[in-house]
Parts: sequence; C-alpha cells; structure tokens
Amino acid sequence: MKQSNTNRYLDLIKNGIFAENTIFKLALSLCPSIAVTNHLRNGVLMGIAVLFVQVMVNTTVSLLRNFIHPRIRLPVFMLIISGWVTVTDMTMAAFFREAYKQMGLYIQLIVAFASILARAEMFASKNKVAPSMFDGIGMGLGFLFALTIISFFRELLGKGSLWGYPIIDVKPLLIMILPTGGFFTVGILMGFFNWINMQYAKKHRSS
Amino acid sequence: MEFTRLFELVIAASLINNFVFTRFLGLCIFFGVSKKMETAVGMSITFTAVMMISAALSWLVFTKVMIPLDITFLKIIIFIGIVAGFVQASDTIMRKVTPALFYKLGIYLALISTNCIILAVPLINAGEKYSFLESLAFALGSGLGFSLALVIMASIREKLELADVPEPFKGLPIAFIVTGLIALAFAGFSGLITL
Repeated sequence: MKQSNTNRYLDLIKNGIFAENTIFKLALSLCPSIAVTNHLRNGVLMGIAVLFVQVMVNTTVSLLRNFIHPRIRLPVFMLIISGWVTVTDMTMAAFFREAYKQMGLYIQLIVAFASILARAEMFASKNKVAPSMFDGIGMGLGFLFALTIISFFRELLGKGSLWGYPIIDVKPLLIMILPTGGFFTVGILMGFFNWINMQYAKKHRSS
Repeated sequence: MEFTRLFELVIAASLINNFVFTRFLGLCIFFGVSKKMETAVGMSITFTAVMMISAALSWLVFTKVMIPLDITFLKIIIFIGIVAGFVQASDTIMRKVTPALFYKLGIYLALISTNCIILAVPLINAGEKYSFLESLAFALGSGLGFSLALVIMASIREKLELADVPEPFKGLPIAFIVTGLIALAFAGFSGLITL
C-alpha cells in the first residue's frame, strides 16, 4: 500500500514536469516565461515563487474543499490565490530587493495565472490533501524547469554569463537579452520538445 | 502642457512599452485569439473598454479608500476583486440591455475576468502614482497597443496557415518566432519619447 502511494505521488510529479508542463505543453502562463528570463537568477526565483504559490494554493483549497459551496468556488479560489501571492510578493520584496525591482510586477501578476486556478479547480478541489500537494509540487517544478532552461540559454548566449558570473569570453548576442530573443527561445524550445515527442511516438509505433 | 503629457503617455504605452512586445503581458490571450481577424477585432474592442473602466474604478478605490486607510498592501486582492466584479456586472447588464452586442462580445468578456493584462494596468497605475487623467491615458494607450498587436498578429497568422512550416514548429512555436520578429520591429520605437 505504502509503495503504491509513493508511486502515485511520483507519477503526479512527473505528470507536472513532462506530460502537462505548463509552458511547453499547455502554453499557459507565458508572460513571465519571457519577461523575467533574461537572467538565470530571476528565472529561478520566479520559478520558486510560482512553485510555492502553487503548492500552498493546492493545499489550502484541498483542505477547504468540503466547506466551499460549489456556486461561489471561483471567487473563493481567487481570494486564496491572491492571499498567497501577497505573501510571496511581500517576502520577495523584503529578501530579494534587487531581483524584486526588476520583476515585482510579474510576481504580483502570478495571481492571474490560468495554470494555478486551473489546478485548484480541476485537481485540488476534488482530491485529498497529500495528492493535491504533490500535484502542486509537480506543476510548480515543471514551471521552474521550463523557466530555468529558458533563462539558462538566454543568459548564456545574451550575456555570456550564468547567475551573473562570466562564463564565455566572446562578444555576446545582444538579441537574446532583448524581448525578441525571449520569443525566439521559447518558440525554438517548444518546437524542440514537439520534435522529441514526435520521434518518441514514431519509435513507439514502429516497435 | 497637461495635454502633451497625456498624449506622450498614450504613445509611450501603446508603441514604446507595448504590452505584448516589450512587457510580455496577456500572452495567453494574444496567442489564443489571434487566429482569426474577426475574433481579434472583437477582443481588442472589449479589452480596451474594460481596461479603461477598470483603471478608472481602481484609481478611485486606490486613492480614495486604500491610501487613507493605509491598506495599500492589499492591492492585489482588491484590484482583482474590482476587475472580476466589474466584468461580471457588465456581463449581466449587457445580456439584459443590449443582447445583440452581448452576442458579439460576450464570450470575450468571460475570458477577460482574471487576465493579467487587465490586472496589470491598475497595478502599474498604482505603482507609478499616476493622476486620474494619466491613469486613463495609460489605460487607453495600453488598450490601443494591445489591439494593434492583436490585429497585426491575426493578419499574419491567417497567411501563416498557408505556409509550409516544419512539422514540429506548427502552431504555437512558429507563432512565437513571428512574435519575436514583430518585437524586433517594435524595438525600433524605443527612444521615441523619453519620459
């Protein structure tokens, strides 16, 4: 019994990272994926903020699922989400001053993420606390993973550095730091993941 | 003098700091509804109207209620309440008063209620401490900029349907790359006005 439970949680986490990756598969919550990813540190911090909000919202909704009247569930979910986003916002403002100056607006806008509301509505309001929490962890990790990849490439190619430390000593491609570079990176990565999926499907069919 | 300042704000918000191409907001909606020209136009009209009204409402609440009571830290919760409530109300009113208009624009209204671009306008207004008229100008500029982006993108995507795109890039990935190219063009506007 214990074993099957652990497996189920692992599946939930895997699902969030690969099968239903917020950015590459569902194409939701795209705004910060481009806005904050010109610096690896910002990308990772944003990912962690979203992970935290997603887990806390899923847990709270799941805890309260028997007390929320179905009719007013969406406003209640919004209230829960904005509460946790306010907490995150104030924490970030207090502890990461420099990063917050660049991405404060986007932290506040986590509240309008379709993915968080969707998970609360589709998963957490129907499941027990532990699965909801792991679902939140999976979705959040998927988002963190996507943001890390995007910002890794953008900072490496655009500034020649990682996390602020210089890595390669050539003239960087300025375009990767500009908005254009963000759109290109996301588009190319999406295409790349589609391609992998297609190869995988082809192999499955032939074998 | 006042008028030039407002005009500058409109231009700056619509072209230089275009919501889609330089601030990256409303991307979900941007990629979602830009497949057809007709929906793009409907969406941009609704967006601009909702943006201006919600900017006005939240400016009133922010300066007249929240600042005196010293509860500005609650701005996220309150603004989203205002926007969602207003959208819900206009949905109901439009359904009763102008069914024809509702039939055309109603579906877009439902999509708007918790959209980041609508919420961003009051948040930026509050952050920059704009006056009432400045808030309105900023909202108008943002709405126009978003409409411009939607219309450009919709017309390109209608053509793109016919293009021969590599298989893995079909759909969203190529849309992203096209957006990147438009963003490059919009980068040319930077420095047009220094505020």
